[in-house]
Parts: sequence; C-alpha cells; structure tokens
Amino acid sequence: MYVAVKGGERAIDNAHDWLAEERRGDPAVAELSIAQIREQLALAVNRVMAEGSLYDPDLAALAIKQARGDLIEAIFLIRAYRTTLPRFGHSAPVETGAMACDRRISATFKDAPGGQVLGPTFDYTHRLLDFALEAEGLEAPQAAQATPRREPTPHITEFLDSEGLLQPDLRPEDDTPRDLTREPLELPADRPLRLQALTRGDEGFVLGMAYSTQRGYGRNHPFVGELRVGTVPVEMEIPELGFAIEIGEMTLTECETVNQFTGSKTEPPQFTRGYGLVFGHSERKAISMALVDRALRWEELGEDNVGAPAQDTEFVLYHADNIQASGFLEHIKLPHYVDFQSELELIRKLRREAQAASRKEAAE
Amino acid sequence: MSPSPAPETPDTDARRDWMSVLAKAPAADLDALWQAHGGAPAFTWLRAPEVGAVMVRGRAGAVGAAFNLGEMSVTRASLRLEDGTVGHAYVQGRSRRKAEQAALVDALMQTGAAETISAAILAPLKGAAADRAEGRAARAAATKVEFFTMVRGENK
Repeated sequence: MYVAVKGGERAIDNAHDWLAEERRGDPAVAELSIAQIREQLALAVNRVMAEGSLYDPDLAALAIKQARGDLIEAIFLIRAYRTTLPRFGHSAPVETGAMACDRRISATFKDAPGGQVLGPTFDYTHRLLDFALEAEGLEAPQAAQATPRREPTPHITEFLDSEGLLQPDLRPEDDTPRDLTREPLELPADRPLRLQALTRGDEGFVLGMAYSTQRGYGRNHPFVGELRVGTVPVEMEIPELGFAIEIGEMTLTECETVNQFTGSKTEPPQFTRGYGLVFGHSERKAISMALVDRALRWEELGEDNVGAPAQDTEFVLYHADNIQASGFLEHIKLPHYVDFQSELELIRKLRREAQAASRKEAAE
Repeated sequence: MSPSPAPETPDTDARRDWMSVLAKAPAADLDALWQAHGGAPAFTWLRAPEVGAVMVRGRAGAVGAAFNLGEMSVTRASLRLEDGTVGHAYVQGRSRRKAEQAALVDALMQTGAAETISAAILAPLKGAAADRAEGRAARAAATKVEFFTMVRGENK
C-alpha cells in the first residue's frame, strides 16, 4: 500500500535554493563561464559527451557547471536532454582513416608511415604538481610548429592485413546496427551493439574490466597497434537533397589493439583485433574499450570461456552504464518508509515467535 | 538586397561543398560575416529552425560492421526566397540563427548573388577552417618523434 506523505515541498525548494548558492561558491571568486569550462576543462567535457552519448561541447560544459563538477550527474543531465531531441537520421560511418590526426602512436611499429606523433599528451610528464599554474594572468603558452604532413595517415593494421596475419574485420550483409537507445539491450548482443554499449559505458567500469583481463582474468595479450586522436567530418545523406553533405566535425579517439592468438578450433593462428572509438580525446577509455571488446569476442573466435568477468557479455553490458547504475543505486536513499515499516513488522513478528518458542522449550 | 532569379541549378558537388562549409563553421563567425554582408533578404519558412540529433556511426575496426557511436546536435531549416529559390541547412550545434543564415546562404548561392556571397561569406569561412586545421597539423608535426640509432660498438 502506498501512503501519500506530504510536507516535503518547502524543504525541497529550500534545499534546491541552497544547492544553487553552494554551486556558486564564494561570490568573491569570479564565476566560471561555459566557455572557460569548454576550453580549459576539455577532457571533462569530452567524458561527459562520450558517456552522455551526445557530441555538443557547450552543452556538456553547461552540464558540468550545473552539476558542480560531478561528471556522472552531468552525464545524467545530457542523457535526459538528448531524449528531448528529435532524431533527424544517422550519419554515414565516420572514416577514421581520413582523420586529421593531432596524435598518432603505435606500440607495435616504430617506423609506420606517418610516424609516431605524440600530440598534446600527459605521457612522459613527471606528474609533479605545477605550482606555476596557480598564478593568474600568465602569458598564453605557445606550442612549437613544424611543416605539416600533406599525405594521409593510413591505419597501421592495414600493413598486417595485407600479409593476411590479422583477422579481417568484415562488413555484414545487413549493415544496419541495432541501437540500444531505441530498443532495450537484449542478449545475445552482436559486436556492433556491444561497441555502442562500451563507448557510452562508464570509463571507470570499462577500465576496471580491461585491467582485469591484463591481470589474468581472460588474458588476451593486447598490443596497442595504433592509437589516434584527431578530427573527422561527419557526413549524412540529406533527404531533401538526395545527396550527402558534411553536417559537422568531431574529435575522436580510436584505439586498435592487435592481440596474439594461437588459433582455435575454428580459426588459424593469427593476430586478432580489439577496437575502441570514443568521442573526444579519451585515450584511457578508448584503450579500455578495445581490450574489453576483444575479451567479449571469445565466442566468435572459438576461444574457451574461462569464466572471466570480462568475457561475460551480460555482466559487462548490463553494468557498464553509469546512469542506469547510479539511478538504481541512489534510489535507495529516497523515502522507503512504508517498505521499511512492513519489514519492521515482519522482524518483530519473527522475534515474538522465536521468543515464544524458546520460552516454551525452557518450560518443557 | 534582392536576389536575382536562379540562372541555373548549381552543380551538386559545389552545393555539397558550401553546405559542408556552413555546417562546420562556428556560429559566431558565420554571424559576423553575415551581418557585415548586410542583412537578410525576404523569405518564407518551409521549415523553421529545428534543433535535433543525428546518430553518428563508426565501424568495428574502422572498416568492419557499422555501429552506433553516439549522437551529435544538429539544427536544420528550410526556406524560400521571394523568387522561389529554396535553401536548406543542416548545421552542427543548436544555433537557430546559424541554421537560418546557412539556409539563406544556400539559397543565395543558387541565385545571381552567388559570386558575391561566395567571396563575402564562404571564402572567409573556408580560409578560417583551413587555418585552424593547418595550425593543428603544424603543432602535430612538431611532436613527431625522429628516431635515431645509437652506435653500440658491435658493428665497428
């Protein structure tokens, strides 16, 4: 039975007013602008876009401001907003081979055409706090420049592909992917559906699952064949026109792993692939996604299921979404007075019965 | 400014090109150029600016099966100039003003005003986009690793 309980309205309104005041913090400190968040907290913006599953840097920056920097709360705001948008259609698959790369590295081929381009990376920094950043009004730093490459930067996996040493990624006849934003996530999940769930999955969760494979729970011997970060145009067929135009461009991070594979009942010894593609500059997420993608492919590669968590599609896909998870987790803090009242009655009754039984036993 | 009638249907490649430039342009840049150019001709809406989303797809392993990567915000609009020329816009982001201006440019590019519009609006947008891309490519090039081999003695 539900009992309507009233009386919280004034308290809730006042709580939200206080939240707004706390969000603003000390009024003597300058207020953050959306542009400042977008420009100077870009990696937080990227994470909110990736897991919010909507590429719009200004909106993600607004969500971060509103959520007081709680990124999962910001992701929640973006997810809620995107459900209000009409869907105009879908793009052609982005051509990451034609990416304008800011960064492109390979852990497997030193001399790959296009070279090892480090880009704006935290790698090789000493992770020492830079107290110079505490000062205000510093001159804007200027990066070094050199003559840009004119040639395209081919995917490194193409070289292994041409030797037949790498399992090819083939296009299915029906190349229309299932969409978990349009239909409930149902198993079995094919690889396109898994990739969608992983790219919008919680970075921490996907990282933890990926790390578990490295530590031995379904080890899959990954090399980072290539990691690239850069911009790609997004092309869509426009129904009014009958031809495709570029409707925008976006920064993506792509990771292709090359995994040692000694062969199975159905497949010859060769290298196999894991794939990660994520909105924005999000390397940790893209590498994690590639490792988990590879682990989840055990069945199609004829590998043994060793019972590792990262091989369990249901476990991974049903727990990767931080909005579903935090929604269910956090709802338990909301009033459950009636539920609890009935639990209380039950416990009291059981105790009375137990006490009566022991008194009876003692009397006998 | 009143547009003269469309002399001919523009070639699809050219239209694809200018619509793509408009879609990717920062809203503030397009607005500044449009204002400087001197305001809007009369038109009627066929579809008032509408904010929506497009599901962006990728491919497994960059070349394999398509999958849904996530959505991006897009604003679209369609309008008709007084001479009957129809302009469409599908532009990145949520700016209704950007969609309106892009649809007007698309329409005007099909009229006798094409040359003026191209020089006043499209050329500067293209130039700015090329400069941005060149700036990033130049910075990337400066971070390219130049390997050299240490002489270790055994080859002497």
